[in-house]
Amino acid sequence: MDMYDAPHTERDVEQKEVKISARGVQVYYGETHAIKDVDVDIEDNTVTAFIGPSGCGKSTFLRCLNRMNDTIDIARIEGEILIDGENIYDKRVDPVQLRAKVGMVFQKANPFPKSIYDNVAYGPKIHGMAKNKAELDEIVEKALRRGALWDEVKDRLDASGTGLSGGQQQRLCIARAVATEPEVLLMDEPCSALDPIATAQVEELIDELKANYSVVIVTHSMQQAARVSQKTAFFHLGNLVEFDETGTIFTNPRDKRTESYITGRIG
Amino acid sequence: MSPFWILIVIGVVAVLGYVGARRRAMSSASGNIRNLHSLPNFYGMNALLAGLVPALLLLAVWSAVQPIVIKQSVQSIILDANPDFGSGQLSLVMTQVQRLAEGLSNAIGAGDLTREQVFDMRADLTDVRGRLADLGVALSGDVTQTELQAAQRYMGISAWGDTLRAFAVIAASLLGTAIAFVKTDKDYRARNAVEFMTRMMLLTAACIAILTTVGIVLSLVFNTVEFLRLYPAWDFFFGTRWNGTSQLGLLPLLWGTLYISIIALIVAVPIGLFAAIYLSEYASKPVRAFAKPALEVLAGIPTIVYGLFALLTVGPFLLDVFGDGGALGVDWMSGATAVMTAGLVMGIMLVPFVSSLSDDIINAVPQAMRDGSYGLGATQSETIRQVILPAALPGIVGAILLAASRAIGETMIVVLGAGAAARLSMNPFEAMTTVTTRIVSQLTGDADFTSPEALVAFALGMTLFVITLGLNVFALYIVRKYREQYE
Repeated sequence: MDMYDAPHTERDVEQKEVKISARGVQVYYGETHAIKDVDVDIEDNTVTAFIGPSGCGKSTFLRCLNRMNDTIDIARIEGEILIDGENIYDKRVDPVQLRAKVGMVFQKANPFPKSIYDNVAYGPKIHGMAKNKAELDEIVEKALRRGALWDEVKDRLDASGTGLSGGQQQRLCIARAVATEPEVLLMDEPCSALDPIATAQVEELIDELKANYSVVIVTHSMQQAARVSQKTAFFHLGNLVEFDETGTIFTNPRDKRTESYITGRIG
Repeated sequence: MSPFWILIVIGVVAVLGYVGARRRAMSSASGNIRNLHSLPNFYGMNALLAGLVPALLLLAVWSAVQPIVIKQSVQSIILDANPDFGSGQLSLVMTQVQRLAEGLSNAIGAGDLTREQVFDMRADLTDVRGRLADLGVALSGDVTQTELQAAQRYMGISAWGDTLRAFAVIAASLLGTAIAFVKTDKDYRARNAVEFMTRMMLLTAACIAILTTVGIVLSLVFNTVEFLRLYPAWDFFFGTRWNGTSQLGLLPLLWGTLYISIIALIVAVPIGLFAAIYLSEYASKPVRAFAKPALEVLAGIPTIVYGLFALLTVGPFLLDVFGDGGALGVDWMSGATAVMTAGLVMGIMLVPFVSSLSDDIINAVPQAMRDGSYGLGATQSETIRQVILPAALPGIVGAILLAASRAIGETMIVVLGAGAAARLSMNPFEAMTTVTTRIVSQLTGDADFTSPEALVAFALGMTLFVITLGLNVFALYIVRKYREQYE
């Protein structure tokens, strides 16, 4: 395995503060046991990638982190997930407030059928983040700049968000999620519907976002995980098989299943 | 030969054709299905259809045309004898002749008279009316010699025509089957031929539906034009008085229609829409499984039952509240039938209509929209108000417009609930009447279909048709535009 050591040593492996800490998480969809006893620590200012074959539970686990599974009637979650030391499944936690703190970007870009401006202003308006129109304008501009979309749309903020190209729509959704100033950003296969150029733009954006957020990304593309993430978690059949520095996972995996997956023998 | 026997005969011919053609195809392929262009059944089907379709078409056309031809020919006898007959008198005499002919042929059929007796009958020698009365056929007056002659001619031609028809139809059936049989060969493309005939049959069905619509519209148009020749258009469209005889102003009826419809929509739209939102967004699966069909049962109640409900329950209740000496101490309402009564009940009738359509439209909003909104920390009602309803709005507007066109065309509830007085008033507790109920009352009883009082029904029908058609087209346009958004 010597030949893989070189990229490994070049990676930035400094230890960061733990943002999300999951312990003993079990998820059931009716009778199906979708997530089996997952423990994971996700760091702040880091991009963490979840990889694994289809149906392995990586998206399900991601949706536990902002309690999106609550909107599915048959889903049942056990165990605890702490964000900044607070259990988000505690009765006192309002899932609606939590989702403002833990933003989410979906697989398929889903801009609302509203103007670009209203798409971004939606979250801030709901959470009363702006005292007046001028402040709201400022928030929208800042979010669109963070979403690397401002220069492309600044002259047509009143145009419909659904009229943008696929890559622009996905960046609009990222800007929309960023506008509520979350602390964690969850991305569920954000590039799976995009062409390579748009994918490159979004990946570049993810890299910039980690300066301010803890980013968790689910991806089917191992190259993408290798490109954008610092930590990688490999899920298989509902189990978290291996979680380590991205370089380690791709060059020197400890588990046989991880090795089989990244070398293309399973999945 | 009666049409029944003709059908039996061509049916037998066609079935024989099926069996024969199938055999012929198999033998031309020397018993091996793989040598055939099409499956054996297609050859049989081809012969079957060739034996049936042209023959049935001929039968239908012949049966439609024959009475017209006979009538023309018989009419000439009567007109020769009475050259000064007007169209009214002529049609009276023709009815008499027809009844006479039918009575006489029934008598022959029952064996009371022979064919020779009937054709030798003379009005001045035989009491035709009396004899037919004995056989249970009532005639309106004594039979003249001309009428009897006409009836005899009528019977003669129709007997001859019926025989000819039977020969022609059976010949067409035999010819069609024979052609299909001769054509049958292992290389003949029977499958394509059957496909073509299938398409033609489907096209015919579609044409019948469309032509019927065109026919109805044309009859409305011609009668409306006829009415407007007898009654000034200005007085009809802008007249403010309606008494059903001399004053035929449209406005009070239109006002009643619109007023009742507006009240119905004020009731139906919020209830229906909120019910739809509850069902599609909040209700759990078991609740939805029960509530949705339950709501749709409401749509299955016949409108006359709603009408009874209006007349016997809602009207008296409203009278108790808003009438003289009622619970509120106001005297706004003098009778149980009122715009409000009909409007409220019609509103209830429209609730399932609005809710069912809106529910479908709200469900069509992609789940991704909801996820996006929840993911930003919005609550359910914020999501509905700010994302789902705006996205579904054009569809909901379409649903409301469709409900409105139903309200405008509704008859039974207003007949029983709204009263019969044509009135232009703002008070919703007064009795008013609508276009539909006036159409009913203009045509019931002894209506002379050439008078403006009866013809006005067609003009009213035309007006309603134009309004509801306009609303439907507009609603469909909006719904279609909405659909494009997510595709």
